[in-house]
Amino acid sequence: MSNPPSDPAPSNEFATIIKKRLYHSLSETGDAFRLLAETIFQIFRPPLQFNLLMKQLLLIGFNSLSVVLVSGFFTGMVLGIQGYVQLKPYAVEGSVAKFVSVSVVKELGPMITAFVLSGRIGASITAELSTMKVTEQIDALEVMGTNPVKHLVVPRFLACSIMLPTLTIFSTFAGIFGGYVAVVSLFGFNGDFYILQVQKYLYVGSVLISLIKATSFGMAIAAIGCYKGFSISTAGGAEGVGTATTGSAVISLVTILVLDFVLNHILFNILGLV
Amino acid sequence: MISVKNVRKAFDEKIVLNGFDLEIPRGESLVIMGRSGCGKSVLLKIIAGLLSVDAGEVWIDGTEITQLKRKPLNQIRRKIGMLFQSAALFDSMSVAENIAFMLDQHTDLTEQEMRKVVDEKLNLVDLDGVQDLRPAQLSGGMRKRVGLARALAFNPEIILYDEPTTGLDPVTCTEINELIRDLNQQLQVTSVVVTHDMHSAFSVGTLMVMLHEGKQIAYGKPEDLINEENPILQQFILFGAPDQILNIDNPTLKEFTGRQTE
Repeated sequence: MSNPPSDPAPSNEFATIIKKRLYHSLSETGDAFRLLAETIFQIFRPPLQFNLLMKQLLLIGFNSLSVVLVSGFFTGMVLGIQGYVQLKPYAVEGSVAKFVSVSVVKELGPMITAFVLSGRIGASITAELSTMKVTEQIDALEVMGTNPVKHLVVPRFLACSIMLPTLTIFSTFAGIFGGYVAVVSLFGFNGDFYILQVQKYLYVGSVLISLIKATSFGMAIAAIGCYKGFSISTAGGAEGVGTATTGSAVISLVTILVLDFVLNHILFNILGLV
Repeated sequence: MISVKNVRKAFDEKIVLNGFDLEIPRGESLVIMGRSGCGKSVLLKIIAGLLSVDAGEVWIDGTEITQLKRKPLNQIRRKIGMLFQSAALFDSMSVAENIAFMLDQHTDLTEQEMRKVVDEKLNLVDLDGVQDLRPAQLSGGMRKRVGLARALAFNPEIILYDEPTTGLDPVTCTEINELIRDLNQQLQVTSVVVTHDMHSAFSVGTLMVMLHEGKQIAYGKPEDLINEENPILQQFILFGAPDQILNIDNPTLKEFTGRQTE
């Protein structure tokens, strides 16, 4: 007895859905890069509206400082405890300061700052711009002869690109200090030795890597936040704003991780920096 | 003068405008009528250069705008003021900053000169003392008036109104209609009003066009349109027009009125 012929419809349907999703994702990526290119073009096109830039610098930088400091401090404390506990069995707990400072400067400083800002600033940029879109405020800008990319995206993009490395410096110092507090207060580690170790292993190249990463993360957060805000349809309403905001936060987080891998590969593997 | 020639516009599979033609002579106040979702606002946004067309041409004062790049299009847009359905005031700015926005962006006027223009435009829309308020502190009618004051800030030659009375109470609707009519007379501008509110349409229109299934099915002066025997048009007028207009002797209209009363 022969088997009944299998119905090809479900697999075809599945292939069509995958094709549609892939096409949609590629099309969205293309649109996002087009917005990024337009933003970079508009940055170099005078006049740059400094009052708008200053407002965004203040919003992004000053208002995020406390949460970045706290996040950095506790990350440093956790690293200090873990480093000390893991290194002690091998009698190399003296390297805990190097472990904390290298980890925080090269990796966790920019990463934690970017995570905090993607949730705080990226999502808020998307919510603000998408609300402007559904309430026709962006159309109003257009009708009044003002380029929305120049007026809305450029200040946010520049502010994120400037403030993320700035906040990373604060977060890094908070992390190193957190590690210091943890190992000195909990394990009786010699504080002067900790500081000496940090000074010894804190290279200019490492700081440069940290700042390159942070700037890239800042650009990505702003670009994704602005794109998700602009890409909502006018008929999207409150539900559309919510979906865009969640999407912005999720995509930013994933992009930061992927970008971190790519930058690590380029900076350490290809360029051979240490 | 505004000319819309054979314009086609579709969103995915849905055809909104299907070879639409329209002439709006200078100084006229044209009302675009049609059922919800028939493409009235889309047409208005195409005239404002906010939406591209799939085919066709839009001419404003001798310039074809559908193929223009941003810079020359912005030059044309300086002739246009637009009142959006939700007023579209910038939430982050005060009323005065909203009205002065275009002046701040495109002129070298001083703060004091801009303040003077703001006061003057607010006076035109019968509002005063709201300069420092935020849009969130205004009522629906006040928001529309501020939106209109902002549209007037650059002394436009063309004013586009997207459903100016939607969501307002009858008294405020009447006030807004009177305001639009007064402004047209005072400023001698060309107005294009999108509405499905027949009271508003007959109150402000010197010309009317009916949009149905992507095409123009009626065009003319209000008194001529009432006498047209197009059933779709008459049905539309019947269900919304003021009583004094329905009293006009028109067999098609009478037929509908009769059916209505039976």
